[in-house]
Amino acid sequence: MAVMSVLVFVGIYMIGDPLAILVSPEATELDREAIARSLGLDRPMWEQYFTFVTSALQGNFGKSFVFGQPAINLILERMPATLELALIATVTSVVIGVPLGLYAGLKHETVTARAIMAGSVLGFSLPNFWVGLMLIMVFAVQLGWLPASGRGPTMEVLGIQVSFLTLAGWKHLALPALTLGLSKCALIIRLARATAREVMLMDYVKFARAKGLNERRVIGVHILKNIMVPITTVTGLELGSLIAFAVITETIFSWPGMGKLLIDSIVNLDRPVVVAYLIVVVFLLVTISLIVDILYSVLDPRVRLGEAK
Amino acid sequence: MTATLQVENLETQFPTRDGIVRAVDGVSFSVDAGEILGLVGESGSGKSITGFTILGLIDPPGRIANGSVKFKGEELTTASPERLRSLRGARIAMIFQDPMMTLNPVLRVDTQMIETVQAHEKVSEKAARARCIEALQAVGIAAPEERLKSYPHQFSGGMRQRIAIATALLHKPDLIIADEPTTALDVTIQGQILYEMRKLCRDTGTALIWITHDLSVVAGLADRIMVMYAGKIVETGAIDTVIERPQHPYTRGLIGSVPGAMPRGKRLFQIPGMAPAPLNLPPGCRFKARCSRADAVCDTMPELVELDPGHRARCHHPYDAMPLSPAEVAS
Amino acid sequence: MSQTPATVGATPTAAPLVNTEAPWKRIVAEFAESKLAMLGLVLLVLMIGASLIAPLISPQDPYDLAKLDIMDARLPPGEVAGEGFTFLLGSDGQGRDMLSAMLYGLRISLMVGVVSVVVALGIGAVAGLLAAYTGGKVDALIMRFVDIQLSFPAILIALILLAMLGNGVDKVIFALVAVQWAYFARASHGAALVERNKEYIEAARCLGISKTRMLLKHLLPNCMPPLIVIATINIARAITLEATLSFLGLGVPVTEPSLGMLISNGFDYLLSGVYWISLFPGVVLTVVIIAINLVGDQLRDVLNPRLKR
Repeated sequence: MAVMSVLVFVGIYMIGDPLAILVSPEATELDREAIARSLGLDRPMWEQYFTFVTSALQGNFGKSFVFGQPAINLILERMPATLELALIATVTSVVIGVPLGLYAGLKHETVTARAIMAGSVLGFSLPNFWVGLMLIMVFAVQLGWLPASGRGPTMEVLGIQVSFLTLAGWKHLALPALTLGLSKCALIIRLARATAREVMLMDYVKFARAKGLNERRVIGVHILKNIMVPITTVTGLELGSLIAFAVITETIFSWPGMGKLLIDSIVNLDRPVVVAYLIVVVFLLVTISLIVDILYSVLDPRVRLGEAK
Repeated sequence: MTATLQVENLETQFPTRDGIVRAVDGVSFSVDAGEILGLVGESGSGKSITGFTILGLIDPPGRIANGSVKFKGEELTTASPERLRSLRGARIAMIFQDPMMTLNPVLRVDTQMIETVQAHEKVSEKAARARCIEALQAVGIAAPEERLKSYPHQFSGGMRQRIAIATALLHKPDLIIADEPTTALDVTIQGQILYEMRKLCRDTGTALIWITHDLSVVAGLADRIMVMYAGKIVETGAIDTVIERPQHPYTRGLIGSVPGAMPRGKRLFQIPGMAPAPLNLPPGCRFKARCSRADAVCDTMPELVELDPGHRARCHHPYDAMPLSPAEVAS
Repeated sequence: MSQTPATVGATPTAAPLVNTEAPWKRIVAEFAESKLAMLGLVLLVLMIGASLIAPLISPQDPYDLAKLDIMDARLPPGEVAGEGFTFLLGSDGQGRDMLSAMLYGLRISLMVGVVSVVVALGIGAVAGLLAAYTGGKVDALIMRFVDIQLSFPAILIALILLAMLGNGVDKVIFALVAVQWAYFARASHGAALVERNKEYIEAARCLGISKTRMLLKHLLPNCMPPLIVIATINIARAITLEATLSFLGLGVPVTEPSLGMLISNGFDYLLSGVYWISLFPGVVLTVVIIAINLVGDQLRDVLNPRLKR
């Protein structure tokens, strides 16, 4: 984390001179200095870093050059929108991907299974952002069924604004979530199929059949529970990349999340916001991997603590 | 009285890209209640496939091409999948080779045992649990209530195999098919399990088919023995007769290769060559390429002929009904 | 279970076939078994060929601003302009012929993808092998760094790097190399750890062979098969990543548009129903990526002895 902060800071420092953008070209040299001083940009780099670290440890990442608000607040304000999008994309891709992959694995010789796999290769290969554009073209421009941008009306739950409780919210969510989830869904299909094919050859599946269990229980319990172990791990770990990829989806659909804020801030050279974003993402990644570890041990009893052999 | 299991001319085939593999090729036998049949053969001989075929559990693309399997008079090869399912685990149980692999690693032992009870009988979970505890006690597992709440990886191989056996016994089946259940275990545990299985069969009248590649295991366990080679039965008879007076050269070779059957210091017998590839079986006797007695006659497939009462062999040049002398095997 | 149908069936025919033929011959033969992979290969060869001779076959030089006429902007596919020039696939916002722009764009996309992967493969393989062979602190340091980098979404790293460096083909390649070398480092490290303990390395060491020679002549060739597979798949990833970055305005410069840049240009007109500027480059991009993935999948099956029966 500490190494990361230095790297990130030095990197961001070199992006460019925010003054060039913030200050109007007609401003005098004096004006420039005044603004630079007020933003703390006149001091040497190491001093800026030192100030940054001391305040960062107190949860303060500096003020946004553009908005004049604490950067961390800006990020946190927009985080729920991104998380909502990422979670809904994840849940959808698991709900769709696992049954399809399971089917393709169990009946891998059938035409349907091959169609599913061909679809997953396509889903895997389609460039994420282009899918978004094409969805807009078809559903928003040509058919006019779904809105192309924004979040729509939100409702407050436990102090967080969410979209998924209203129909209009769902309409706004549909395209971005589909865009974001498509490649993950393809990944889950492939993974589910591969593990299903592996697991169904296991002796314990044959033994389950030899015990006279019906197919529903053999597939729904014995096979599915074993498949869910790798699926959970991969889905969890991919959630991080999903949050990162939300940067693109949010840009396309003008989704007011922290990814869009990041791109705007990069364009505006709003350094504190970029730094705050990265710190928040690192924090999210660490949290996610912790949750995945816990889930993993719940699903796979072999990794539970204190049980050697 | 009808036999518990009556298999007639059973053929199980696996179509592959390069041709049809005849894994089981015209096998007939029967097992009576309380009887223990040893099914012996090396890997690839079709002995395990025979077991799976009886239960209707051959992996696709394998299929039964011919023959009949009658369980207490009921034809199984044409039975509905649902009927087969209701017999499996209840009337016909199976025990697998590798205890490390037969229990699902992510499910607790109680889940896996109780589901077996409830798959065949409408009983409460509590009653089912009581049955499981009873079954575990029967196979000699101490503190079964607590053991039930554990996961498979918390048990040793021997314990897991006991759990698998207990699961097979839950419904007091009429027939148990055991596919090399002791191969993966330590010798001491192997002995215990053999003893317990034998006792269980005698006590409950359960018929048992014990599949193995190890002649010495069945020697002390089975009533009758059946030797398979490349999908066909080559010799069958009462255990003592076959072991003492084997007629087929392959059986003779098998017995000669068991340590202990020979005087000390003698070199163990080795059957020369390898089993024929299942895709291009030679015409005639399948053992002829490895047999010291083979001649031109062996290019036709010999029939399974009864030489002594109840003792049959598939050979044109069977050894006479006389005891095997160590010197003869060594030569 | 001592026998499954697969083992019963495979033993007799497989053994003699493998031993008598040269390995590359077998690989080619096995590769050709999949019609889908062959289709991918043919498509790929066509694409590469077309991009190589782009200046010869494209109807217009899209870089020559003098030839562009703003009057020809946003013409739909098949439209014939005033001077008798047919825009087969329409024209973009600057009156550029889309077909020509795409041929040149494909050239840049492929070039960026291949060059970045080759460089990343070189750096990554050397780092990974060195770490695995040396062991100790060097190993820990390199692999630790790789782990940290890989836990961070690739797109974010590239995004931040490009935000610092600015636009340009060379900078995009640099960013892609920086992102990808870690995959190759980890893969070669893993493969080398397995190989290192094998007897032939032990034997070579006993013969007193120098370290460099050991690494390059003994370890590297034996670690190559998995690396080739990863490299193939990674070219597709690199091309997608480049397109995504260009789409966000953080990739190649506007004067040398890649496929991603072309799609991005079309985004501005998409909502007014001008679909062709985004659609066609996206189709080409998708076909390239699918073709590479098909080839890569088959290569993995052929080169991975673990999957073979």
